[in-house]
Amino acid sequence: MITAPVTVPEREHYLNASYGLKSWLLTKDHKRIALLYLATITFFFFLGGLFAVMIRLELLTPQGDMVQSETYNKLFTMHGVNMVFFFLLPAIPATLGNFLVPLMIGARDLAFPKLNLASWYIFTIGGLFTLYALLSGGVDTGWTFYTPYSTTYSNSFVIATALGIFIAGFSSILTGLNFIVTIHRMRAPGLTWFRLPLFIWSHYAASLIMVLGTPVIAVTIVLLAAERAFHIGIFDPAIGGDPVLFQHLFWFYSHPAVYIMILPAMAVISELVAASARKRVYGYEFVAYASVAIAVFGFLVWGHHMFVSGQSVYAGLVFSVLSYLVAVPSAVKVFNWTATLHKGSIALETPMLYTFGFIGLFTIGGMTGLFVAALGLDVHVHDTYFVVAHFHYIMVGGTIMAYLGGLHFWWPKITGRMYPEILAKLSALVVFIGFNLTFFPQFILGYLGMPRRYHAYPDEFQVLNVMSTAGASILAVGYLLPMCYFIWSLRYGKIAPDNPWGAVGLEWQTLSPPPVENFDEIPIVTHEAYDYVSLPNGSVTPKKEANVR
Amino acid sequence: MSAEAHGAVFHAPRAHQFDTAEQQKDASTLGMWLFLVTEIMFFSGLFCCYLVYRWFYPEAFAAASHHLDVALGGFNTAVLICSSLTMVLAVNASQAGKRRALVAFLILTILLGGVFLGVKAVEWHHKYVDHHIPGPSFHFEGPNARQAQLFFSLYFVMTGLHALHMVIGIGLLTVLTVQARRGKFTPTYNTPVDMCGLYWHFVDLIWIFLFPLLYLIDRHTK
Ligand code: HEM
Ligand SMILES: [Cu+2]
Repeated sequence: MITAPVTVPEREHYLNASYGLKSWLLTKDHKRIALLYLATITFFFFLGGLFAVMIRLELLTPQGDMVQSETYNKLFTMHGVNMVFFFLLPAIPATLGNFLVPLMIGARDLAFPKLNLASWYIFTIGGLFTLYALLSGGVDTGWTFYTPYSTTYSNSFVIATALGIFIAGFSSILTGLNFIVTIHRMRAPGLTWFRLPLFIWSHYAASLIMVLGTPVIAVTIVLLAAERAFHIGIFDPAIGGDPVLFQHLFWFYSHPAVYIMILPAMAVISELVAASARKRVYGYEFVAYASVAIAVFGFLVWGHHMFVSGQSVYAGLVFSVLSYLVAVPSAVKVFNWTATLHKGSIALETPMLYTFGFIGLFTIGGMTGLFVAALGLDVHVHDTYFVVAHFHYIMVGGTIMAYLGGLHFWWPKITGRMYPEILAKLSALVVFIGFNLTFFPQFILGYLGMPRRYHAYPDEFQVLNVMSTAGASILAVGYLLPMCYFIWSLRYGKIAPDNPWGAVGLEWQTLSPPPVENFDEIPIVTHEAYDYVSLPNGSVTPKKEANVR
Repeated sequence: MSAEAHGAVFHAPRAHQFDTAEQQKDASTLGMWLFLVTEIMFFSGLFCCYLVYRWFYPEAFAAASHHLDVALGGFNTAVLICSSLTMVLAVNASQAGKRRALVAFLILTILLGGVFLGVKAVEWHHKYVDHHIPGPSFHFEGPNARQAQLFFSLYFVMTGLHALHMVIGIGLLTVLTVQARRGKFTPTYNTPVDMCGLYWHFVDLIWIFLFPLLYLIDRHTK
């Protein structure tokens, strides 16, 4: 490959192979489906963001002045539902994962391309259901749908929303299934399990959770809807049903689901760390096994959401100890990334800035996870802003940071264009500052006792709340900027070379943007992942001339 | 998985992302098994609810299960086991390339599935007549009437979802039958028959668990 010329001779790739709406809506190309997902989840992200803005505006003052409590309940519910089920769960796997899994393992596509397209349609239909619920009056149960409020007392559109989540769940199941089969059966010759990029390992682990966990939330939603529609009594204490059983079923999925959100983020970070430090990820095998360990242990700790829901003290103890255990593999990853960076020749481009952001914020989020996993302390901070801050540090500070970092890193591969580096660095900084200003005060608020899910609060909490709202507006700018310059770059960005980072992954060995079938010739893998020692310029095939920075 | 396979002649339609027909079949089989795993998790949620409530209210559940018709349930169990047999024979026929036998066994399987659903509908109708449908009109003689309603809620959800799976299975088999008549399946290409077979056996297996749990446990008391 010759270094990027100023004018590209028209060469066929997946973006210009065919034109027209139909060629997109009926595509079976995993790369195009990734972009369909990207557009859809971006829509839901900004929708969820809109609710967040309204929440933060209401909390600017101690009184409930902008909205009443009923409306406020709907705002935080629809914020949570949108962000969790329609943005964060599919965010990385369905976009970057969809795009990169076949490329990274040297395959022409996923194992089941039609299923992949179907999963996007299913997701979109689920999203439309929820959108319908939202337009016709909204839901007010919280994203957790606790019974008996959701089944008996709420007067909002519970069934339509839950049905939307049920439907979207199947897209998650199909994506997970597709990934697992692809990773098992479609690897290029020579690509053994321990030569796989860690991106693949993490996605494999996340897929396991999608496949094993999602059906449980599906059946739980069926029961919830049946209970609400026909009063069959499964969760109704009046006839002996147990509302806490709902919580068990819900968290049996929803705790592992938080690992569906974070494992793909860890996948991205492993790649970015290795490419930026130009080193093999320290303790590769441990990081790989840690992904699987997280997936397995993640299924055993759901009860830590129910310490004060009336489960037995004994159960609480066991869940508390197990929650500490699940933090171990997460910590292993953080340590190994840091060790990889140690004495690496680190390139401080935008993806790396996001990586630093991720490592720092995920660590804070994880550590405070240990706080709330401690039985005694959780009695104090449960259902306060401390918990809100905890999970936002992980989900927003972790997953969205990694998502943005990944988008920047692979943008040249996806679109064939470079993003504007200086502006991108600036917005990474804006995101980091805005994020911390928004959520750090919430740790303090929670510790001082401000409960979550209320639209009014005592005067003494105002200063911290104003800080939080101010931070949120900075954060909003930080998110809008990349969206603008990414779109700008599609037309005006510099033409990207095939391997702008000099990275060794297979996805960098093909053209930018890749041809329809990904590789002109299926590569034969002879090296382990991240072998920067024997492949210093990032080219796996030595006879080709590489693009060095 | 080698590139030499490209020139080879395939009897089977092979999608572009696969190197060989064998790889394609492997992938489909693994995919189907994974799908069945998700189905197991789906029903596990229900089995879990059942276990919890059975453990909470053993007398109510025993009393309520007496109102199920063991004879009809037993008959249906036999019907489903037979349908699994005809399904296996269908898979076998497709591997041997016997088109007429394949079509015949598929139709037989569909018919047995239909019989099962018919009997199930009769049972549900009995429950309706006896006011055993959960909800405002529910009525149950005995000391644990309210908890007995829980039993019937679970009964309807579990057998209902199982029946839904049967309906889907019958739909799939109908498509297969049409394709089989057109001669789509050959000894080298019969993956869809194989996959639907796996699904059908799985649905049978769920019933093999449902039947004792709902109909048989604790029958000897009283
Ligand atoms: C390091 C391991 C982690 C531990 C030990 C941990 C522990 C906990 C505990 C004990 C709670 C319950 C707090 C309460 O309600 O009183 C909680 C809440 C929560 N965590 Fe974590 N967590 C960890 C990682 C994560 C990750 C990776 C995510 C997301 C990607 C996450 C997302 C959440 C969410 C969304 C909630 C709030 C649920 C609600 O709405 O009530 N956590 N965490
Ligand atoms: Cu949790």
